[in-house]
Amino acid sequence: MRNIIKTLAIALLIAMSATVSAKDSIKVGFVYVSPIGEAGWTFTHDEARLHLEQTFGDKITTTFVESVAEGADSERILTQLAKSGHDLIFATSFGYMNPTIKVAKRFPKVKFEHATGYKRSRNVGTYFDRIYEARYLTGIIAGHMSKTDTIGYIGAFPIPEVVRGINAFTLGVQSVKPNAKIKVVWVNSWFDPGKEREAADSLIDQGADVITQHTDSPAPLQAAEAAGIYAIGYHSDMSSYGPKAHLTAAVHNWKEFYTKRIQQVLDGTWKPEDVWQGLDTGMTKLSPLSKDIPANVVKEITEISAKIAKGELHPFAGPIYDQAGKTVVDKGAVIDDKSLLRMNFYVNGIEGKLN
Amino acid sequence: MDLELITNILYATVRIGTPLLLVALGEMVCEKSGVLNLGQEGMMLLGAVVGFIAMYHSDSYLIGFGAAALTGALVSLVFAFVALHLNASQVAAGLALTILGTGLSAFVGADYEGKTVTALPSIALSGLQHIPLIGKALFAQDAIVYLSWILVLVAYLFFKHHRAGLAVRAIGEDPEVGSNLGLPVMRTRYLAVTFGGIMAGIAGGYLSIAYTPLWTENMTSGRGWIALALVVFASWRIERVILGAYLFGFASIMHLVSQGLGLSIDSNLLGMLPYVATLVVLVMLSKDKERLKLYEPMSLGKPWHKGH
Repeated sequence: MRNIIKTLAIALLIAMSATVSAKDSIKVGFVYVSPIGEAGWTFTHDEARLHLEQTFGDKITTTFVESVAEGADSERILTQLAKSGHDLIFATSFGYMNPTIKVAKRFPKVKFEHATGYKRSRNVGTYFDRIYEARYLTGIIAGHMSKTDTIGYIGAFPIPEVVRGINAFTLGVQSVKPNAKIKVVWVNSWFDPGKEREAADSLIDQGADVITQHTDSPAPLQAAEAAGIYAIGYHSDMSSYGPKAHLTAAVHNWKEFYTKRIQQVLDGTWKPEDVWQGLDTGMTKLSPLSKDIPANVVKEITEISAKIAKGELHPFAGPIYDQAGKTVVDKGAVIDDKSLLRMNFYVNGIEGKLN
Repeated sequence: MDLELITNILYATVRIGTPLLLVALGEMVCEKSGVLNLGQEGMMLLGAVVGFIAMYHSDSYLIGFGAAALTGALVSLVFAFVALHLNASQVAAGLALTILGTGLSAFVGADYEGKTVTALPSIALSGLQHIPLIGKALFAQDAIVYLSWILVLVAYLFFKHHRAGLAVRAIGEDPEVGSNLGLPVMRTRYLAVTFGGIMAGIAGGYLSIAYTPLWTENMTSGRGWIALALVVFASWRIERVILGAYLFGFASIMHLVSQGLGLSIDSNLLGMLPYVATLVVLVMLSKDKERLKLYEPMSLGKPWHKGH
């Protein structure tokens, strides 16, 4: 008798689930390129994952795999997650692009979201944030806080994403101090605490009294703290590494975006999209500002941030000149997304050459 | 370039060179006894993570560096057992040690990823650190830098003037002859390998406690391998290893400083410099086979067992 009831109940459940396309509960997978740690790129994704668990409660279960190497390793992990019944998988590193596309083809019912990539398919969407908008704001802060008018920038590799950030930052600085010098040092590595430390020290030695970075380790923050100068973090709040040095950080915030995508999967309305959002949706933000920043600067930042969010101000509004003094963006014009994605020149005022 | 900048460059040169110097010195002593240990990177990482954890909980630099050194010693003993006692291939055992160290350190340090400690403070010798150019580089460093100089000096004197140093070298040249002369080959080699482990452990600790006071996975970024190249660069001479380590440090810092100065030298070329220098030395050394024999311990990397 009990068995019959059980069978009936299961049959009923199956019948019910067949009638509605929306799901009651889904499994969401996350693939991380590095350990979660206490700060950094992966940390921001996991912060969002924890937020999701709180928001959706038992409507979702999440799985994450850390330190997944790009390439073949990631393909194995993505396949595993897809096979084990995950409905939505976030692949959070650029090098997962081709594996994601490949695995997505084999599992057409599973939905994939790939961060920072440009290849999409019917079940693969891409997303990234307009971190350069936050960079522009941090440039304004750096311009106000620098006394030597020499500001250091540690870059990983001279690719458009990093160059875009350097240019946006420089334009931000110049909006306050038109003659400030921006020194850029490339370390040719995304993550090498020792090398980043050396780069920071060499910039400080050359008179920089504010430094920022487009690399992953908190070593530059520690260098700034030790030297008694200011630093601006990247990826996530890095204030714990240099409580006195840390002015703010240009940070990624995936919470709202992930929440929205999961809701769409639950509702059965998910579609692959090319998402590139910034201050407008809060996907890019500044971490809490240091107490050292004067109130009038805080006010200015709040206002400009709101203007960028509303589209009234664009960090790359003309006129913009390159290092040779050639006009790249005319007065009154605004750079388009295509040029932003391909950016391979330094704006005027940056010291050093773009190799 | 002003005076202060050059002073700072020299200061940075020493700081960057220090972990390399420590590992290279340890490996050189190890190689002088005839044992090739390619596990430096792994031992450094394990020293870095254990030293960091010990420092994190004890808040004592002595315990931190002690734990780092002890870890290096213990791990190197495992290598010594496999390579010397079981007579496994030294190359394979060393590589295995690096792979093991990389993975194990990530595993052990998982809960400490991204955490930070207070950096080892520098000890400025009163007055002397204000000497222009060299003052800061020589007299305003931390304890480990001073220790590295003492160790170099001791190792130099040991191999140059002490009977035991001569015995180590003899064993490195030909363990069979050494053994017949009544020298304790196995014990000497064990000790040399352990010394290498201690040095690698301290070097790792230097990275995670002094230089960049934090733990993150794989934070040595290949410094163990550079140290191995430095031993060849120094052609197994103690006095040259300190030169090599600082040359490497200097090239590393100039690669970055020149970019900030906007010099027209391609910074990538400067970045390549230390590696090119090592290659050139290697080529020069191996061009003359007889000369290479003069420098390289003859039994380097060859398994040996008493009675064979």
